[in-house]
Amino acid sequence: MTYAAKNLTTGGRELIAFRVGDQEFCVNIMVVREIRGWTPATPMPHAPSYVLGVINLRGAVLPIVDLSARLGMKPAEPTIRHVIIVAQVKNQVVGLLVDAVSDILTVRDDEIQPTPDISSEFEKSFARGVLAIEGRMICLVELEAVFPQEEREAA
Amino acid sequence: MDMNEIKEIFFQECEEQLAELESGLMKLNDGDRDPETVNAVFRAVHSIKGGAGAFGLDDLVSFAHVFETTLDCVRSNRLEPNQDVLKVMLKSADVLADLTNAARDGGSVDEARSRQLIKELEALANGELPQASAAEPAPKAAAPAPIAATPVNEEGFQPVAFSFEDFEADEPALIEATCYEIVFSPKSELYAKGNDATLLLRDLSRLGEMSIHCDMDGMPPLDRMNPEAAYFSWKISLKTDKGEDAIRSVFEFAEWDCDLDIALAGGCAVDAREELPMQPVPFDLSLLDEAPAGSAEEEEQIASRDRDAAVSAAETASNVLQMAQSSTRAPAEAPRNATAAASAAAQQAASAATPTIRVDLDRVDRLINLVGELVINQAMLSQSVIENDTNGPSSINMGLEELQQLTREIQDSVMAIRAQPVKPVFQRMSRIVREIADMTGKSVRLVTEGENTEVDKTVIDKLAEPLTHMIRNAVDHGLETPEKRLAAGKSAEGTVRLTAKHRSGRIVIELADDGAGINREKVRQKAIDNDLIAADANLSDEEIDNLIFHAGFSTADKISDISGRGVGMDVVKRSIQALGGRINISSKPGQGSVFTMSLPLTLAVLDGMVVTVANQTLVVPLTAIVETLQPEASAIHSFGSTQRLISIRNSFCPLVDVGRILNFRATQANPVDGVALLVESEGGGQRALMVDAIQGQRQVVIKSLEANYTHVPGIAAATILGDGRVALILDVDAIVAASRGQTLKPEMSLAAAG
Repeated sequence: MTYAAKNLTTGGRELIAFRVGDQEFCVNIMVVREIRGWTPATPMPHAPSYVLGVINLRGAVLPIVDLSARLGMKPAEPTIRHVIIVAQVKNQVVGLLVDAVSDILTVRDDEIQPTPDISSEFEKSFARGVLAIEGRMICLVELEAVFPQEEREAA
Repeated sequence: MDMNEIKEIFFQECEEQLAELESGLMKLNDGDRDPETVNAVFRAVHSIKGGAGAFGLDDLVSFAHVFETTLDCVRSNRLEPNQDVLKVMLKSADVLADLTNAARDGGSVDEARSRQLIKELEALANGELPQASAAEPAPKAAAPAPIAATPVNEEGFQPVAFSFEDFEADEPALIEATCYEIVFSPKSELYAKGNDATLLLRDLSRLGEMSIHCDMDGMPPLDRMNPEAAYFSWKISLKTDKGEDAIRSVFEFAEWDCDLDIALAGGCAVDAREELPMQPVPFDLSLLDEAPAGSAEEEEQIASRDRDAAVSAAETASNVLQMAQSSTRAPAEAPRNATAAASAAAQQAASAATPTIRVDLDRVDRLINLVGELVINQAMLSQSVIENDTNGPSSINMGLEELQQLTREIQDSVMAIRAQPVKPVFQRMSRIVREIADMTGKSVRLVTEGENTEVDKTVIDKLAEPLTHMIRNAVDHGLETPEKRLAAGKSAEGTVRLTAKHRSGRIVIELADDGAGINREKVRQKAIDNDLIAADANLSDEEIDNLIFHAGFSTADKISDISGRGVGMDVVKRSIQALGGRINISSKPGQGSVFTMSLPLTLAVLDGMVVTVANQTLVVPLTAIVETLQPEASAIHSFGSTQRLISIRNSFCPLVDVGRILNFRATQANPVDGVALLVESEGGGQRALMVDAIQGQRQVVIKSLEANYTHVPGIAAATILGDGRVALILDVDAIVAASRGQTLKPEMSLAAAG
């Protein structure tokens, strides 16, 4: 039985948990549009290393971000076992390449602990808190911090 | 500016307002008491009134005014919009619609009904409850005399009586032998399909008396003759009583494969037809003065009389039809009603010239998207057929070819739905010029050219804003004051010239003024003051001119009301770029400046050359490509340490390795292994773009990269290939600009964020 099932009756917000490397992260389920398998992306010129390229999502051009590389970990080597989480960030839709989707969690706001006091400003800028669930540590990711909107509009 | 066109726009808007009004009233009727609904209804009536006032449509104004007053009572909660009130309102909405239609089409309105409703509306506004009887439409007998004599139905239709004999007398004139001048120039396809010009001409000769002249001027000397080409054309004069349709039917199977021009010859038996529009119904013109909209009707008739022979012949037919129908329905007062019918017919003919419907742009966009998917699917199908290698004339290949043709045609037609002349935008500009000329005390003449040039609606919509701004700039900054102009030996009146034209698959809009030109000293100084450039920077004139596109840059000494609104040329440039366009300045001191905008005709598709670069598939817009060539080692010359040139017909053209400039590979590829695409950029410079291979030519559907990603330098947009993968569309101009020295800067914030 998953944690989500246990908590369904208690209400609260739903999060999608996924694995990147050996760490677990989660995002608000409301921003997730769909989850799909990996398809080869068309590389973009002059793109930052974590932008794997763009794919065709039913007629729309969808950029794919290697979340592992974006979060400063080892760049992923995409295989067909990788999945893409299609997420809405403000008014743009982006694909996040992750290793696997692991769980749907229902948590109350008071279960989300503040981000631990760590040295790296970078981790602090995208982490919105951590969850301790069944001995796992899951980091709640703020996607808007991963893709800063204002700067993109300025570009 | 054509008043009628502005009026037409007003009426189109009226239609929207009326729909808004009706749906608002229906909502209220259903118990919706949202103040916003009441406001929407009020606004609709108010804007119709405003517009009608501007055009002097007094009947409409006075009715709308009363209606508005009553609605205002509802708006201010002085009147409860109950069922009875709404009944009156809905009826009033109908009358308002009638009045609008009457103002547009010159028809008549049930005056008794509108008078009755005015009374009822006034009663409501004065706090009286509607009487059951008063709410009923006025009985016919209460209607004023002149109209009451004729039964009038709800559509305001007035039956007309007239003598049919007049037509019978005229009928033979229509089918009397007529002379036609026919020019028949077959194309080679005609012969390729097994048609024979001789047989066609023989058929033609059966229609009447015919003389033929064969035009052999196009025939080349024997040694240059192509046995499959068609060189002859024929001039035929034919006297026939069969009419043009009969002639056309002879060429029925050949019409796509020849140029056919059928014209009435001057002289014989044509006169009867030309005079017909005024013939069918004799009536007393003086009666027109009595009619409420008399002068308008008269104008309509004069207008219809003035049309050229061909059109008036067609109109005659419609007049005849209209009157024939009317006469069979109800005979009544002949002369007066004949006038009405004639004017109605003329009106019908006039409005038939542009029968239009207004469609929600979203629906068209959805259709265009679907067609886009169809194009992709068709490409996909073609590709898999080619991969399966079904050579020869199999039914699959034939079906595919037809599908391809059909897809192309559907696409063209769908695109044509959105194509509109730039005229409305240009017309708006003349008002802006007037306003600004008034405010700045300058004397300006706006000259527009090519306003019928058609562009996609989405492009037109986005054009208005940057254009408005540029026109403001041209008048405010560009033109000098009359005194200065006279001192400079120019006429006191400045000229702003706005032109639109098609050039190689794009629309080029030029805004030229004959003002002082850009004051480069001042621009330079300002740029230095604003830290845009170093004080000792060595800039070309062109570079200095382009500085005005920087954010927050204004050459005006003081910020004036007109131009200092915080939007500068940088905004103009950005909005043009957002459209996939480019803007250039050329300025001559003392002679004025020219802003040239080059925009795509549509934001949906383009013809592209599909190429391979560093294992990636890219699309190069076909319009940019001048020619393709296979470079030979002897034609490649090194120039300096990194540059290479290719000699093409004794001129040297810089080679640009697309793979290298897009950072797809670290080192330059060997040109001999690839293909060179000779391209021409907007700036006029030629470059040879090196790609690894050409895959083919294809129409591609443009997909936005910016929607979900960001602008990528050197890339214009993306598309989806037959295999479902995304391919990037090259921004040739940006690549050429980049090859001029500066590298493509990854001005990417995603990078900055990391």
